[in-house]
Amino acid sequence: MSQKMTRRRLLLGGAATAAVALVKSSFGKMVQTGIPETAFDPTKQVGPLPGVLGTRSPFEHPQRKPSLTSSQTPLQDLYGMITPSDLHFERHHAGVPAIDPNSYELMIHGMVDRPTVFSLADLKRFPSVSRICFIECSGNFRKPDKESITPQDICGLTSQSEWTGVMLSTLFREVGVNPKATWFLAEGSDAAVMTRSIPVSKGWEDAMIVYAQNGEAIRPQQGYPARLLLPGWEGNTSVKWIRRIELSDGPFMTREETSKYTEPVKDGKIRQFSFTMDARSIITYPAYPAQLEKGWVEIRGLAWSGRGKIRQVEVSTDAGKTWNAARLQEPVLDKAHTYFRYLWQWNGDTTAIMSRAIDETGYVQPGLQELIAARGIGTGYHLNPVTAWLIKRDGQVVYSPEKWK
Amino acid sequence: MPFWACVAGTLMIACERRNTAIPVHFGYGRTATEKEIATKAIAIRPDGKGLPAGSGTVQNGALIYAAKCASCHGTTGVEGPYNILVAPDTVDAPPFDQAPKRVKAIGNYWPYATTIFDYVRRAMPFNAPGSLSDNEVYSVTAWLLHANKLIGADAVINAKTLPGIVMPARRYYVTDSRKGGDGPYE
Ligand code: HEC
Repeated sequence: MSQKMTRRRLLLGGAATAAVALVKSSFGKMVQTGIPETAFDPTKQVGPLPGVLGTRSPFEHPQRKPSLTSSQTPLQDLYGMITPSDLHFERHHAGVPAIDPNSYELMIHGMVDRPTVFSLADLKRFPSVSRICFIECSGNFRKPDKESITPQDICGLTSQSEWTGVMLSTLFREVGVNPKATWFLAEGSDAAVMTRSIPVSKGWEDAMIVYAQNGEAIRPQQGYPARLLLPGWEGNTSVKWIRRIELSDGPFMTREETSKYTEPVKDGKIRQFSFTMDARSIITYPAYPAQLEKGWVEIRGLAWSGRGKIRQVEVSTDAGKTWNAARLQEPVLDKAHTYFRYLWQWNGDTTAIMSRAIDETGYVQPGLQELIAARGIGTGYHLNPVTAWLIKRDGQVVYSPEKWK
Repeated sequence: MPFWACVAGTLMIACERRNTAIPVHFGYGRTATEKEIATKAIAIRPDGKGLPAGSGTVQNGALIYAAKCASCHGTTGVEGPYNILVAPDTVDAPPFDQAPKRVKAIGNYWPYATTIFDYVRRAMPFNAPGSLSDNEVYSVTAWLLHANKLIGADAVINAKTLPGIVMPARRYYVTDSRKGGDGPYE
């Protein structure tokens, strides 16, 4: 009801009567049944006048898929490299905190010459930098189970924004980080007061404290008013709502780097500090629940690597027998989602299509069996296998689940 | 550009630009006081640095656990509905990489006992985070360690004893060695 009211108000504008007709017909059935040509002619009616905020078309409904702990980006509904901010995935450990930007503070202390507290205004005074990069949760994987799952279900815990803020190296110089400091603790001000230990080298290399996302203040769900950004590293390390950085000479062994975000690997070992996200790609079109027609199809998708730029994406349209290079959309950026396309003619036969990413280190995205062979069947986190979509004779596109064995 | 080049007057503009480009110190922010550092720096290191004064016992921990934790983690720590806190097996059970269903909990997966204190003090109980006193956190930590068969029923847990507890899973921990490139998958 409230949603209806809102749309009504948005559409009503100065042209009450005709717009109401549109609102009525647009609820529920419009997309399925189509509107009669005569129902509403936008050329015969002045539309709503300029407003304070833009809106999505009432015909578009991209939505994240929330669970108790996360909310996934609808990759199959998006077109370019940037994730609209309200569709950026969410993962947090105790909900989204409400932080007043006027009382926000970031304290940097420990092995530094000048322990300092920065207000948000202080952070914004420093020379700023913008960069586009992805953030992906290292739990961004779904065990193969059924055909009816979408790109969003399989790997919707990755999103990309343009982030603006101050380089952490600038702040490190400001406080005078002791050359003997090897790790720092990053602490959030959510109800989990979430912490991670990060090697200082990443702080000098490309870490940032960011306060803006896609041109506006960062969203609460992404860490308002400021978060750590560690390009290419598992999302959990880019601590949101950051309130404290403590320089130290060793890791703190917090719960999120021991009990969680570690993965069993061969010989009973438990792998820790697996920071970097390996290269991955996924075809986002055609994918479940798309319906194909015979003829030319532009296969589209995303590829990314936490180790640098995507060098190449290869697409197979014959279930992995042969591979062909896809076209990469420029700009191809460091540690960033890269959009790829591959033109293909579907002749109506049953087949499977899939993509694999190759990054600038020469790493080739593995298959599920290769990952299991390397790490063991009980592994978890950092799973980046090639994803295949099965195209059935009737044009139905479904996920092609491989056995987890 | 070395300093003498500026003095000599050659390429003066480039020098100036460079000198103003990145000051080492902008002077923004305010000095953090000893006191605020002491109250805010709550992280506990595995060597025990950061642990507060106070102590706790298994007996007291049992009472706190029953009152404030059991509703979410089960009467004995294995019933849920949320995270299982007590390992149903020992560290020598079939290794995790071969046993996808094996439950990971404090006794068979956590590498450091200090993590329990640090995490519970910041984040638990989930519905009232940060509400336990340091002594209560010590006690409930003691109970969790005892329930995981890592300490005896009469052990006392404090800043001295907690870091000394050897967690059996620790010897299985390795640091990530993936490097990308075209070598074998890790
Ligand atoms: C209202 C429910 C609730 C209560 C009460 C509660 N917890 Fe939790 N606990 C949770 C949830 C949910 C998580 C998982 C949080 C996450 O993953 O971020 C958790 C996680 C934990 C963990 C980490 C488990 C792991 O495997 O990493 C520990 C330890 C823990 N709780 C201890 C306690 C203690 C001790 C108390 C009582 C003082 C307590 N909890 C009370 C819900 C609760």
